Amino acid sequence: MKRTAVTIAGCELEIHEGGSGAPLLFLHPGGGFNPEDFYVELLTATHRVIAPSHPGFGGSQLPDWIDHVDDIAHIYLELMDKMGLTKVDVIACSVGGWIAAEMMTKTPERFGKVVLVGPVGVKTGPTDKLDIPDIYVMPPADVPKLMYHDPVKNAVQPAMLSDEELAISARNRETLALLVWEPYMHNPKLRRRLHRVASPTLFVRGASDGLISAAYLEAYAGLVPGAKTATIPEAGHAPQIEQPQAFARMALDFLG
Amino acid sequence: MQAWHFSESAYPYLPPADSYPSIRVSLASKNYDPKKGAALWDRYLHEWQIAEEEGMDIMLNEHHQTATCVDPAAPMVLAALARLTTTARLLILGNPIANRRQPVRVAEEMALCDVLSHGRVEAGFVRGVPYEISPANSNPVRMNERFWEALDLIVKTWTSHDGPFSHEGRFFHHRNINVWPRVYQNPHPPVWVSTTSASGAAEVGAKGFIQATFLTGYDATRKIYESYRAAWRKAGRGVDVPNDRLAYAALVYVGETEQEALEGAEKLLWYVTANKVAPQYANPPGYVPVAANVAMQRGASHPLSQFSKNASVEAAIRSGFMFAGTPDQVYEQIKRHYEYVGGYGHLLIMGQAGFLEHDDTVKGIRNFAREVYPRLKEMFPKTTISGQYGDVPAAPPERFVLRTSHEVSTDGPLISALGGAEA
Repeated sequence: MKRTAVTIAGCELEIHEGGSGAPLLFLHPGGGFNPEDFYVELLTATHRVIAPSHPGFGGSQLPDWIDHVDDIAHIYLELMDKMGLTKVDVIACSVGGWIAAEMMTKTPERFGKVVLVGPVGVKTGPTDKLDIPDIYVMPPADVPKLMYHDPVKNAVQPAMLSDEELAISARNRETLALLVWEPYMHNPKLRRRLHRVASPTLFVRGASDGLISAAYLEAYAGLVPGAKTATIPEAGHAPQIEQPQAFARMALDFLG
Repeated sequence: MQAWHFSESAYPYLPPADSYPSIRVSLASKNYDPKKGAALWDRYLHEWQIAEEEGMDIMLNEHHQTATCVDPAAPMVLAALARLTTTARLLILGNPIANRRQPVRVAEEMALCDVLSHGRVEAGFVRGVPYEISPANSNPVRMNERFWEALDLIVKTWTSHDGPFSHEGRFFHHRNINVWPRVYQNPHPPVWVSTTSASGAAEVGAKGFIQATFLTGYDATRKIYESYRAAWRKAGRGVDVPNDRLAYAALVYVGETEQEALEGAEKLLWYVTANKVAPQYANPPGYVPVAANVAMQRGASHPLSQFSKNASVEAAIRSGFMFAGTPDQVYEQIKRHYEYVGGYGHLLIMGQAGFLEHDDTVKGIRNFAREVYPRLKEMFPKTTISGQYGDVPAAPPERFVLRTSHEVSTDGPLISALGGAEA
């Protein structure tokens, strides 16, 4: 993939772009975007994939005024204008799914088909129970157990990473905290806006996802007119990493 | 030199430490017996009164959801002390304003305490340790930015007396600020800020507030003070930095004999060794800079956390965060530290912790106040300029160090007096 920089509202964004075919906007999860991941190759085989690094992630700047997922949604709508994407299909994972959902409620007509993978962003359950387990108060070793079907295979090994890669990873973690801290992992207003979504939308989760429960996914999908849900076996919160073939097949089949 | 008696007002009657993952944030409050807690509060308040009788000033602080400091609302205890004492200066260090939602409310609390105490409040402000994030539900990212906006607003709130003004800032909004009562002191109570980093100290020095640093030993303290003084001068506050702009907090216990001192000092170490914190509370994302997180991923750790794994009184004295022994020994230890770091005007004395019982606490206070404090006041008067280094190796000579019977070792290197690591 090639990497370019685009400045929107004073924020320089890192844009990864590759492949040819119908444009496909890919919004990465909290861990950031890695163009080397195998699933990327599967998506670029049939689509022109446009994958911006969110502000404060990867090589994108984080201006001091940005502190909300909604800020990013506005920036990306302007990015679509700038890139001439009058209507675009979307695959969006986790916090990327939240960004996509915010965007779709603002300009529903700009989106074709949309696949949301383990999306966060709404509160559907009771007041006295978190919809999504609090990753910031559990022992750090427990997070991968909720994240992955196979946490051992997917364990991060700092010794294998360069200082630059570690720095990007630490910064991604910091920016994610900035965005999702309070209210935790959601915008209370979003659920009152999702009825505006006009796109055929597929909500996907890995069967072993310990963060996004089946009930959460169903409740979230229930707020979007006509949305469908699907499950990928032997995958956790990042099925694109653990089951890239099944993930790509399911997503691309839906986009058609 | 001005000395302040400080206790974190801990609740030490806990189950074995291996039965809980963290003394902070998550330890269930069923472990707190309110009757025992009330008796402890009677005691701690009384000890502050005794410190006042002995000519010392008073310091208190605030933490949340922890047995190590059962004072989640320090302004309330400050108000109590305002009425229980008559002459001591009352330092609250401090208000965790990066975690407080309404800076104006904090300004009101301090103003009221200043009036209740007839102008004895010293108002300290802290960013707060990382384990305060979760109890406050506070975003760990951009705490510094929130801190400084809040502090600027508080000072403006104290010093504006002509009816309402408005503040529409990055983090805080308030349309009609007009606080009653106004602060008793003119223009406002002395402002203290605590930081344990050189970059933080530079911000404090530029503003000229009093800088307090906690348990940072020899070399780190020296760097922090250097940074403060450089920023002070750069901001045009003059060439000389008065030593009353700088404060150092240490564990201090003075006994009549070495044995008595050792027993008291070992109980004080509870403050360091009991601080069992689960890693998720100790380092929330954004609390430390990215570069520090990278260093930690590569295996770096805080000197104190290394120390606490294998703590001893002797190692603590050598590291410079504890002064303990006979009056002569303690005087010599403080003098060395003072001269090595360039001088400070305030010694914040953690004089009670954990299981240091009332009688022993009072003994320690009295021995310090009567046998050590007069010498410090004479040797380091308030007119001293900070930044003058004594021609001393910082480590106290052997005869001034309490020897512990068990072998002294730490997992990591001790913080050396001479700038390097020593085994």
